Amino acid sequence: MKRRQLLMAGATLGAASLAAPFVARAAETEITLYNAQHASLAKEWVDGFTRDTGIKVVTRNGGDTAMANQIVQEGASSPADVFLTENSPAMARVEQAGLFAPLPQETLRQVPPQFRPSTGHWIGIAARSTVFAYDKRKLSGNQLPSSLLDLAKPEWKGRWAASPAGADFQAIVAALLLMKGEAVTTDWLKGMKENATAYRGNSAAMKGVNAGEVQGAVIYHYYWFGDQAKTGENSNNVALHYFRHQDPGAFVSTSGGGVLAASKHKKEAQEFIRWVTGKAGQDVLRTGDSFEYAVGVDAASNPKLVPLADLRAPAIDPSKLDSKRVTELMMQAGLL
Amino acid sequence: MVAGAALLVSLLMLVPLAFVASMAVRAGWQTVSTLVFRPRVGELLGNATLLVVLTLPLTTALALALAWLTERSDIPGARLWSALAVAPLAVPAFLHGYAWVSLFPSFHGLAAAVLLSVIAYSPFLYLPIAAVLRRLDPGLEDSAASLGLPPVLVFVRVVLPQLRVAICGGGLLVGLHLLAEYGLYGMLRFDTFTTAILDQFQSGFDGVAANMLAGVLALCSFALLGTEALLRGRARYARIGAGAARAASRARIGRLTPICLLLLVLLQLAAIGVPFVTIARWLVAGGARVWQGVEIGPALGSTAMLAILGASLATLLSAPMAWLSVRAPGRLQRVLEAGNYVVGALPGVVIALALVTIAVTELRPLYQTTFTIVLAYALMFLPRAMLSLRAGIAQAPVELEHAAASLGRSPLRAVWAVTARLAAPGAAAGLAMVALGITNELTATQMLAPIGTETLATRFWSYTGELDYAAAAPYALIMVLLSIPMTWLLHAQSRRSAGR
Repeated sequence: MKRRQLLMAGATLGAASLAAPFVARAAETEITLYNAQHASLAKEWVDGFTRDTGIKVVTRNGGDTAMANQIVQEGASSPADVFLTENSPAMARVEQAGLFAPLPQETLRQVPPQFRPSTGHWIGIAARSTVFAYDKRKLSGNQLPSSLLDLAKPEWKGRWAASPAGADFQAIVAALLLMKGEAVTTDWLKGMKENATAYRGNSAAMKGVNAGEVQGAVIYHYYWFGDQAKTGENSNNVALHYFRHQDPGAFVSTSGGGVLAASKHKKEAQEFIRWVTGKAGQDVLRTGDSFEYAVGVDAASNPKLVPLADLRAPAIDPSKLDSKRVTELMMQAGLL
Repeated sequence: MVAGAALLVSLLMLVPLAFVASMAVRAGWQTVSTLVFRPRVGELLGNATLLVVLTLPLTTALALALAWLTERSDIPGARLWSALAVAPLAVPAFLHGYAWVSLFPSFHGLAAAVLLSVIAYSPFLYLPIAAVLRRLDPGLEDSAASLGLPPVLVFVRVVLPQLRVAICGGGLLVGLHLLAEYGLYGMLRFDTFTTAILDQFQSGFDGVAANMLAGVLALCSFALLGTEALLRGRARYARIGAGAARAASRARIGRLTPICLLLLVLLQLAAIGVPFVTIARWLVAGGARVWQGVEIGPALGSTAMLAILGASLATLLSAPMAWLSVRAPGRLQRVLEAGNYVVGALPGVVIALALVTIAVTELRPLYQTTFTIVLAYALMFLPRAMLSLRAGIAQAPVELEHAAASLGRSPLRAVWAVTARLAAPGAAAGLAMVALGITNELTATQMLAPIGTETLATRFWSYTGELDYAAAAPYALIMVLLSIPMTWLLHAQSRRSAGR
C-alpha cells in the first residue's frame, strides 16, 4: 500500500511538472515572457507591470543565444508573447527570422532612435557600456589602451582577459565587425588569441583582474557597480576605463524587447513593452541594483553611473549586428 | 522477442554516433577538413593528450600505493583508510574544482587539472586494484620469495602482472572521465574538447562545427578503448589448486609508519578536507540567506523528477540485454554487448549534442522537452543500469521459474512472481546508481534541460559562474549528502565481492 502511494505521488509530481506550462497558458490575462535579461531585473519589471495593469506574467529564464534559438525553432507555435534580451544580436536573429510583430509608433517614441533598430520591430529596454576593467594597482593614466584595437598589439600579450564564449563579448565583436569590417576584425581577433586569457563569464574575468591574474578585462560596466554595491570583494582593486571617442571599445550594447508575431495575447504583450520602456519601467533601472543604463526619452539612469551621453559611443544600428559571422570569425581565429 | 527488443535498444544507442557520422558525410570532406584540421582542434587535442598522459600514471601509482597500504601493510586503521580512499567519489568532480578555486583563486591550468583529476578519480582505480589484491593467493608470492626474489621484485614480477586487468579497466574508466568531464575543467579554465563543444554550442549553435568537435572527441574515446584492449592483453589469471587461498599476511612497515600515515592524512586533507571545509566555510559566510531562496525546493524537485524518470528508462532499456546475457548468451548477444561497450564509452556531451541537433533539425516537437533529456540520460547511463540488473537476474535461478510454471503459472506470471522479485534488489541498485549519476550530471543537463528547468547542478553552476560561492554552497552540500550513501554502497560491495 505504502509503495503504491509513493508511486502515485511520484506519478502525480511528474505529471504536474510536465503539465505546468500548459495549465499556466490556459488563464486569460496572462502573458509568457521569454527572459534572457538578468532574472532579478526581469522580476522587478514583471512585478511592477502586474501591479500597475493586473496582467499576470509567466517568466521563463534563459540566455540570449539559447532563447533566441528556441524562439526561431518554435516558429509560429512559440508560446512566447514577449522576448527580452541582454544584447542586440539575439534580437536581430529573431527579427531576421521574421518572428517579431511591429511595435506601434507610440511605444517607439518612448526610446530615442539610437537605442532601437531602424525597422521598429523591437526596441531598446536598457543599455550596457563596454569597459576596460583594469587593476588600478598596476595600470594608470597613459598606460591604459586608448582604443580597443590597441589590445591586439604585441605589448598587450598576456595582459588582458575576456569571456569569448559569452553573448556579451560576441556583441562587442559584432560592433567591431560592423564598424571596421572583416579584415580589421580578423586581425584583431588573431591578436586577441595571442594576447588574451579566456575566462568563463564576465564576473570571473573581473575577479581575475581583482586577484592580479591579468591587468585588465574587456567586460560590461555593471559587473563592477553591482559588486561594489555588495561587498566589493571581487572588485576593490579594479577601476573602469571607458574608451569613448566613438571607439569600437566604447560600444554601448542595447538590451532589446519585442512582441512575438505568434503571440495570442498581442494587446497585453504590447502593453508590457510599452510599460517597460515607459516611465515606470525605466525608473526600475534608476532605483534598482541592476546598474544598467535607462534608455527611455528623458529617463535618468542610476546616479552612480557615468552619464550615458558622456560615453561618446559609436552610432550603430543594433539590428545589423551579425552574430553568426562573428562566431565564424572567432572560430577561424581559434577562440571558439 | 527479447532479442528483438535488445536489438532495438542497441540501435537506439547507436543513434548519436550514427548521427555524428552522417553529419560529417552530409557536410562533405571540404567542410569537415576545415572544421577539424584547424589550430584550435590541435590545441584541444594537445590538452586532452597531456591530461590523459599525465593523469593516468599518477592516478595508477597513487591507487596502487593506497591499495597496498590498506590491504597488504600493517598500517594502523587500515579499514578506515580503505573507506576514506573511496570517499572522494562522494564529491562530484566539479565540486572538487569549486572547493579549490574558491580557496585559491589562481588555481588554474594543466597542473591544477591534473592534480584535481588524480584526487577525484583515484577511487576508480583504487576499487578494482584493492579488490584483486585482497583476493590474490599469497602462495605464488611465497614461491617467488623462496626462490630468492627480494620483496620489491616479488611485487613487480608476481603481484603487478596479476593486477594488470584491474589497472587497465580502472585506467580506462578514469581516461573516459577525463575526456567527458565539463564542470571541473571549466572551473579550472583548462580547455578540453568537452568545454570547447559547450562553448561552441552556447555561442552560436553551429550544429556542424560542434558536431565535428564531438566526432573528434568520440575518436579519442575509441582510441582509449583500443589502447586498453592492447595493454590488457589476452592473458587470464586464475588460481588453481585445492582449498581456499589463505589470507595474505600484512607487511610490516615499521619505521615508515609515521611517514605513510602523514602522507595518507595529507591526501585525505586534499581529497575530502578541502571540499568539506570550503562548503562549510561558504555556508557559514552565507548564513540563513542562502537557504531562504525559493529556488532550492524546485531545483531539488526537478532534479528528483529527472533522476527518477531517467533511471527508470535506463533500467527498462537495459532489461532485454541483461536478460539475454544471463538467460540466452550466444553470438547475437556477444555482438550486441560489444557494441554497447563501445557506445557506452561515448562522452555525455556527444550524446547530448547529437540529440539536441536531431531534435532541432529533424524532430522539432521533441526540442526542449523533458522526454529528450530523459532519453539522453538513459543512453548515457545505460551501461551502469545494465551491470546491476544483469547481476540481479543472475541471482534468480531459472529452475525456480520452472517450478513456478509447473505449479500452473503462465510463463509471464512466473517471471513476474519469481524472477522479477529476485532480481529486484539488483534493479534497485542500478536505479540508484543511475539516479545518482543524473543528480550530479551537468554537461548534458545544461544542453538539454527545457528552458526554465533548473536542477541542483545547473543552479550550482550558474551561481559559481557569478562567483556567488555562498549561494552555491547549499546545492553543493545537497549533492554531496545524496552521494554519500552510494559511495558507501560501492565500498561495501567491493569488500563483499572479495568475500570479507
